[in-house]
Amino acid sequence: MLFARSDPFQALFDLQSALDSSLRSDWLGGTTAGTGSFPPINMFQKGDDFVAVIELPGINKADLDIQAKDNGIRLSGKKVADYPEDVSAHRRERIFGSFDRTISVPIKVDADGIKAEYRDGILALFIPRAEEDKPRKVKIS
Amino acid sequence: MAKGHELQVREKQEVAKDQETTVPARYYVPLTDIFESDDALTVVMEMPGVVKDNVSVDLDNDQLQIEGKLDFSNYESMEPVYTEYNVGHYQRAFTLSNKIDRDKISADLKDGVLTLVLPKAEEMKPRKIEIG
Repeated sequence: MLFARSDPFQALFDLQSALDSSLRSDWLGGTTAGTGSFPPINMFQKGDDFVAVIELPGINKADLDIQAKDNGIRLSGKKVADYPEDVSAHRRERIFGSFDRTISVPIKVDADGIKAEYRDGILALFIPRAEEDKPRKVKIS
Repeated sequence: MAKGHELQVREKQEVAKDQETTVPARYYVPLTDIFESDDALTVVMEMPGVVKDNVSVDLDNDQLQIEGKLDFSNYESMEPVYTEYNVGHYQRAFTLSNKIDRDKISADLKDGVLTLVLPKAEEMKPRKIEIG
């Protein structure tokens, strides 16, 4: 259990600490090029399976392309600004443009079972572990 | 890459606090675009993971305060194995240089992007000056 506390601020702090402790961990074994590449990805284990949580606020679903092959997942698309033209800018901090990023996960993936969900500016990829890759209990005879 | 320019992530910035909270949970500064037209000031903020009910916008004189609370219950029973960013509530404040018609402020949150339209008060709109 990641956080079982009743105080929401303490719970958030625990989550932030947990995220910090796996910051750029070697779980992906250096197979994933481009830390610092857009968009940023967090990987979680949930039971036997994995979830990639990707921050992509303000994107058109139609502008997003997700491909899965073996244990590689490729994420490409573009993020476009739809601002009116006759305005003067005070601040520009948001990033727009096209991106193309591939991650390879160090597990066997059931590629047909991958599901994607985009909500509130967050893309979640549910990556089921291949049946033959799941840990098995070894019985002592 | 053949496309040339590759997008780089802008590292999230923590909110600098005057006062410390008892629990050291972090707040982040949302990436913001602000632009101005003749009629209004528009503030566009990225707050991924924040839902409508958890946004508060407050205008006190010329102080605009925006807060977005993250619903992090989705992270329950998830064990991080590799991370590139952290999460938290969002908070930012601006001092407005324009007089705003506060009754007409509108806010919209879509796909983690908050758009605030702050219409300028009538007397503040630019006037074309005719040469007599």
